[in-house]
Amino acid sequence: MPDENTNYSWPEAQKRSLIGKRISRVDGPDKVSGKAKYTYDLHAPGMLYGKVVRSPYAHCKVVSVDTSAAESMPGVKAVHVIQGPGSEINWAGDDIVVIAAVDEQTASDALRAVKVEYQPLPHYVDDFTEPQNVPEGNGPLEIRDLVGMFTNQAPDPQIIQAIQQRGVTFKVSDNMIDQMRQNKISEDVIKALQSAQVKEPQPSTSPFKKESEQIRGEPDDAFKQSEVISEGIYGCPVITHCCMESHGSMSEWTDNDHLFARVSTQNLSGLAGQFAQALKIPAANVHVHQDHVGGGFGSKFQIDRWGVYTAQVSKKAGGKPVHYMLERDAELEVAGCRPSAFARVKVGAKKDGTLLAWESHSWGTGGPGGGGAPPMPYVMNIPNQRKQHVAISTNIGPARAWRAPNHPQGCLITFGALDDLAARLNMDPLDLVLKNIELAAPPNDQFHRADTYREELRIAADLMGWKEKWHPRGQGAGPVKSGVGLAIHTWGGRGHESNCQLTIHPDSSVDIKMGSQDLGTGTRTCILIVAADSLGLTMDQIQLSIGDSTYPMDGGSGGSTTIGGVSASTRRASVDALTALFAKVAPALQAQPGDLEAVSGTIRVKSDPSRKISWKEACAKLGTQPIQVLGKNPGPGDIISSGVGGAIMADVSVDVETGVVKMNKMVCVQDCGLIINMKTAESQCYGALIMGIASTLYEEKVMDPTTGRMLNPTMDFYRLAGIGDIPELVVQMMTGKGYDERGPIGLGEPPTVGPAAAISNAVANAIGVRVPFLPITPDRVLAALNQGGSHASV
Amino acid sequence: MDDLPEKKKKRKSKQSSSPSSSGLSRRDFLKITGASAAVPLVAGAAAIAIEPDAAAVQGPGKVPVTLNINGRSYNAQLEPRVTLLDALRDHFELTGAKRVCDRGTCGACTVLLGGKPVYACSILAIDSQSKPITTVEGLGHPGQLHPVQQAFVDNDAQQCGFCTPGFVVACKAFLDQHPDPTLEQIKHGLSGNYCRCGTYAGIRAAVMQAAKAGKGA
Repeated sequence: MPDENTNYSWPEAQKRSLIGKRISRVDGPDKVSGKAKYTYDLHAPGMLYGKVVRSPYAHCKVVSVDTSAAESMPGVKAVHVIQGPGSEINWAGDDIVVIAAVDEQTASDALRAVKVEYQPLPHYVDDFTEPQNVPEGNGPLEIRDLVGMFTNQAPDPQIIQAIQQRGVTFKVSDNMIDQMRQNKISEDVIKALQSAQVKEPQPSTSPFKKESEQIRGEPDDAFKQSEVISEGIYGCPVITHCCMESHGSMSEWTDNDHLFARVSTQNLSGLAGQFAQALKIPAANVHVHQDHVGGGFGSKFQIDRWGVYTAQVSKKAGGKPVHYMLERDAELEVAGCRPSAFARVKVGAKKDGTLLAWESHSWGTGGPGGGGAPPMPYVMNIPNQRKQHVAISTNIGPARAWRAPNHPQGCLITFGALDDLAARLNMDPLDLVLKNIELAAPPNDQFHRADTYREELRIAADLMGWKEKWHPRGQGAGPVKSGVGLAIHTWGGRGHESNCQLTIHPDSSVDIKMGSQDLGTGTRTCILIVAADSLGLTMDQIQLSIGDSTYPMDGGSGGSTTIGGVSASTRRASVDALTALFAKVAPALQAQPGDLEAVSGTIRVKSDPSRKISWKEACAKLGTQPIQVLGKNPGPGDIISSGVGGAIMADVSVDVETGVVKMNKMVCVQDCGLIINMKTAESQCYGALIMGIASTLYEEKVMDPTTGRMLNPTMDFYRLAGIGDIPELVVQMMTGKGYDERGPIGLGEPPTVGPAAAISNAVANAIGVRVPFLPITPDRVLAALNQGGSHASV
Repeated sequence: MDDLPEKKKKRKSKQSSSPSSSGLSRRDFLKITGASAAVPLVAGAAAIAIEPDAAAVQGPGKVPVTLNINGRSYNAQLEPRVTLLDALRDHFELTGAKRVCDRGTCGACTVLLGGKPVYACSILAIDSQSKPITTVEGLGHPGQLHPVQQAFVDNDAQQCGFCTPGFVVACKAFLDQHPDPTLEQIKHGLSGNYCRCGTYAGIRAAVMQAAKAGKGA
């Protein structure tokens, strides 16, 4: 049995049979043949189709709802009012009434028979205009104000004064005090909070909320010392996730208080609790299942309102399965939203490029909640900073996490500003970034991140032909101008909580069960690679089941945490199971269990490989009882870590007569620790570059200020990148010494961060002026050229 | 709803024909073009003389529909407004073709109708009865994949996989027309399908491999 001496560490490079190789995804044949069943594809006997009445107003009160005509229509089995009279609706497309009918046509007809009276209220959807004259907040402190001050490391006397003068909107719980102590908040602050006056939150009619100013170092002095100061404005709009498989579920009640929900989700093990809480049934009564998910990108962690009402209308229909997947317009209006971010930035440096000072005034929206500032300056931790952010509450729909939340926005603004600074310094931006690269080392850096960036930038420059292609801004004859741009990025990506149940049966078969999900990142394939490599088997000798809430709990697939989680738990389970098997077979090989290894379908003595038995014979020694183990992450052995870096370079051509941007080439050089499957790892990077091209050149959730509605909730007007928009893509993964020993680290987010900044900078290099805002559409290119500078507005 | 033909007749009797310069009333023009797309307008007086009400009215209730899919005959009672895509998915359990944009933009529902790629979301099931239909399920299955499907697997031309079946069918149709394609032809010929995960690099490589393997087999 495993003990504290058990060695879980990853096999040395020469001993890896599968890890790090290029392996085709195991569910590929099912996906290419249409056999793979997604939640959208489900049918069941007696299944009803859901359809939903949605609010036409961005902000309104529901006055009355009359469903009687719909209820009496033949084929309509249940009608459920989701948000009844009195409900305040905060975005267009919000859910009002759900209908379950025998087929989709009947349900659609019934929708039109529902009468809803609304009282429209004023809405606000403008996140683009820079907020002016926003008053300083002086009402009672909300929790987020306090967290803001803690994060900014505001001095204790300042925090205590604010608490005493303004009061707070919440009662301080023991739990909060524990958390503050864990985060080393001073006892004086805690005492002030305990004796603070609790006041009602001050209602505000303004959509703007100014967050407290963040200061680091001595920005005023640093700007005075700066020999060159560059100012500019940068930003990107709200974009929407547009998962190919829209959100939705099929729910049925197997008896009066047991729910079986099949959900399109990236958080399978996390959903039973959400259903239980919303439906007031024990979590143990909820069974959740999913085989495949058609994209999530951060938008599918919750059961959402539609998950709840699909279950509720099923109950009203006698428990029959109700299938409801969001229509495409609803998917674009209410089920996806990456917050916008805009900023007016000032950067100061010495003539040699040494970065001294950063100042940013940023604003943006993540829907009704406003949203926070992106991390700025991104990666490059300039020593002197002054930052102020205004969050705008809007009726555009609720924000959802998007691959690398806030990082692409922060990266675009920061590397845009640095690129403009480089132009003012007459420097190659590659030289400017390299000169200051030590600023990119994170606190408590164990892995010499600055060296990683240096190496990645060197490789990327070679692959791009940077030195040949870069030129001072705006040079070049003819109407089509070429240019190159770059950015670097980072992400954490430590593996999440994961449990791998691995069983070795006496008949030699092996199975694994995990409550995880495969978003198309290749999770299934990676689990099998780790298990097969560890057990000395082939992948097809192992049966893997994921996607069911009856399997051991696994974390949601967000924040690039899945690969570290599932590979670590699978590695530990495999090692533990082998340890148990070795104990059974050691006597037959006249060896100690610790002297054995599993290689190529045999168990053999490390020092004398000729002493071996086959996997089948070894398993037969188990008698009648299988070996069953649960490998966990976190767990024993330091086999994963976090923190990666990457570099992106872009090469574009811009027609200055038409404003059309054409991509010529993109390069991604990325580190993610130990790579489990090179093929699917590279696919993550290719996909990130392509998604980056789309968000930089095409995507925008366009809101109509008059109606408060999204103007482009269709895929013909919400434009994604097509195959014709994609240039030559070059991906280089960092592997080997310095990387492999860190164990697997998540990859889904990091390469999605840099592309927008790199492309935006390439456009500036090509045409000589900054196009300040994404998407870089032809009209914006022409407007920037007409106005001739980075202060151009649209 | 049952009185729809009656309503039509009433409307007809109310409207007075106002002959246009071609001698064809606007109403008759609409009736003709609506009645059958196969009637060429250039055919002259003979075509114009078609009695509009002779066009078969289908529905609004369910009508019998027979579709020839992947070499098999499928029968169902469907409302005329049911699309080919919904018929495949909801009535015949052929869920390879996906519903994504539902308006002829993204190509996730691509199937072959008479050997040509069509957006199954934008064609009615009742209009799909005259030609053989091939869906992704009809191309191959795990263990016996079509060369295009195999090339998608080999080149990791898929992530979440939701756009993949439509892309596979579109690629098969593209290679039928362009057995030895250039990169520019691929960019143009496959521009009718979208992928959100960003698998186009793999798809380009897959098309090249499939072309090499079978010259569009």
